[in-house]
Amino acid sequence: MTSKLRARAAVVGIGTTETWNNPGQSSLDQLAIAVQRAAQDAGIAMHDIDGLFTSTLSHLMPALSVAEYLGLRPKVMDGTNIGGSSFIGHLSHAVMALEAGLCDVACVCYGSNQLSAGGKLATLSEPPHWEVPYGPRFPISGYALIAQRHMWDFATSREHMAEVVVASRAWAKLNPLAFEQGDLTVDDVLASRMVSDPLSKADCCLVTDGGGAIILTRADRAKDMPHPPVYVLGAAAAATHRFISSMPDMTTTGAVQSSKAAYDMAGLGPDQIDLLQLYDAFSINVILFLEDLGFCAKGEGGPFASGGRIAPGGALPVNTNGGGLSCCHPGMYGVFALIEAVTQVRGQAGARQVGKFETALVHGTGGQMSSHATAILGGASTV
Amino acid sequence: MDTSPITPELTYRNALKEGRFMLQVCSGTGRAVFYPRVTSPWTGNPLTTWSQMSGQGQVYSTTTVRRRADKGGDYNVAIIELAEGARMMSRVENVTPDKVEIGMDVVAKIITSPDGEPIIVFVPKAGVAT
Repeated sequence: MTSKLRARAAVVGIGTTETWNNPGQSSLDQLAIAVQRAAQDAGIAMHDIDGLFTSTLSHLMPALSVAEYLGLRPKVMDGTNIGGSSFIGHLSHAVMALEAGLCDVACVCYGSNQLSAGGKLATLSEPPHWEVPYGPRFPISGYALIAQRHMWDFATSREHMAEVVVASRAWAKLNPLAFEQGDLTVDDVLASRMVSDPLSKADCCLVTDGGGAIILTRADRAKDMPHPPVYVLGAAAAATHRFISSMPDMTTTGAVQSSKAAYDMAGLGPDQIDLLQLYDAFSINVILFLEDLGFCAKGEGGPFASGGRIAPGGALPVNTNGGGLSCCHPGMYGVFALIEAVTQVRGQAGARQVGKFETALVHGTGGQMSSHATAILGGASTV
Repeated sequence: MDTSPITPELTYRNALKEGRFMLQVCSGTGRAVFYPRVTSPWTGNPLTTWSQMSGQGQVYSTTTVRRRADKGGDYNVAIIELAEGARMMSRVENVTPDKVEIGMDVVAKIITSPDGEPIIVFVPKAGVAT
C-alpha cells in the first residue's frame, strides 16, 4: 500500500563544500557554502528557503543558529538531532511540511569543522553515566560490541568487514572529490592498528570537515527546475535505544522497522532498488544494513558484501562516492549519502556512474546504531 | 498506599552502598530492568518491585579497548546479561581482556570506582569459590 506522501516532493538542488579539510572555516561557514551551492543548483535564491531542517554537533539550537547566519526567516524549522541519520530523518518531515503547504522550499543542511578544529568528534552529547565507569570509547566501542556479537552468532570475520572498506576505497578512486584516494587491500585493513576489538582504525570512518545541503520542493514545481527531479518515494525513521547497553538485540537493528515503513510508503521492495547509500560509520554497519534492509538473510551480510559484490563492477553498487569510510565524514554523514543518491539518479556521477539508476535507497544510523532513517528516492520513471 | 517519592536511581545506589545489588523487576515480563527507572521499557507499566540479583550472569558481548601501556594498557568492556534478564555494561576482571569470551559465566562484585561510587564489575565464575 503506497502512501499519499509518495512522490509528493522532490530533491531539486544539491550542494557540498566539495573539499573536506577547510581550516579557517567554521561549521556554519561550511554549511553556508553547501546551501549556497544547493540553491544555485536548484535555480532559486537562497532566501527563497522557507523550511529549514538542520542539525549539527556544535549547536544546541541548530535551526536558530543556521537561520540567523543565513538570514532566513523560516516558516517551518526542525532541528531534530537523532545523530548522523538526522538529515535522512528530516526528509519525511520536510515532505509533510511541503505537502501541507506549510512551506514551499525546504532545505536540509549540515556543516562541520571537525577535522580542522582538531580531529576530535565534536559533541554536545550527555555522558552516559551508566557506562562511563567502564571506559568504553564513544562511539567505537558500541559498534565493536555489535561486531563481536555478530561474529559470534554468524561467523562473520574481520576479512568480511575489510572487504567493505576495500570496496569503499575502490569507489572513492572513481570520485575525484573523495578524501582518501590511496590503494588499500584486505591485508592493509587487517594490519591496521586495533582500537576496540574487533574494529581497527581502518574499519572506522574518516574524520573530515565539510558541509552538505539539499533543496526540496513540491513535485509539481520540481518539474520546472534546472535538473530532473529526484522524488522522495519513501522515508521513515526508527529508534531502538540511546546508548549501546540498552540495544535490544545487538545483531538486528532498527533498520528493519525504518526500511519496512519506507518500502511500504514507496510501494517498492529490495528487488526494485538499483543502488544503496549506507551510512558506513564503521565497516560492520554495511554488513548489518544489507541484512536488515532485506538484501540478504540475517547473518549472511559478511559473505554477501565480499568478493566485489558491492564494489565497482559488482552486482549491487553500495556507497558509490566512497562513503564515510573513504569519501568524507564530517561527524554526521546522512546528508552526504542523500546527495550521492541524487547525483546517481540524475546520472551526474561521472566515472563512478555505472548505469542508469532509477531507484536509490539511502539508510543512515545515529548514536550507537540507535536511530535509523531510510529514504527511497526515484527518478521520473518511478512516478 | 505508599506515598513515598519514587527515586529509582537513588534507591539503586543506596542499596549498592549497603552491599546489595538490587534491580526493579518488570511484572509483565518477569525480567529485571537495567537501568532503574519509573516505568518498564517493555510494558510501559510502573515498576514497583525491587529484587536482589543473584549476581550470576553471562558475557553477551565483549571488546578489548586498546590503550597505551604507559596509560595503563588494554582493558575489557563487556555487555553482561544477568540471570534475571537485565543487560548492563560492565567489565570482567581477574582475567586478561583477550580471554573474555561471549557466553562466559560470570559473577557480580561490588567495588568502589576511582570517583568513590560503588559500581558493579564481574569476575569469571570458573575462578570463584562456591
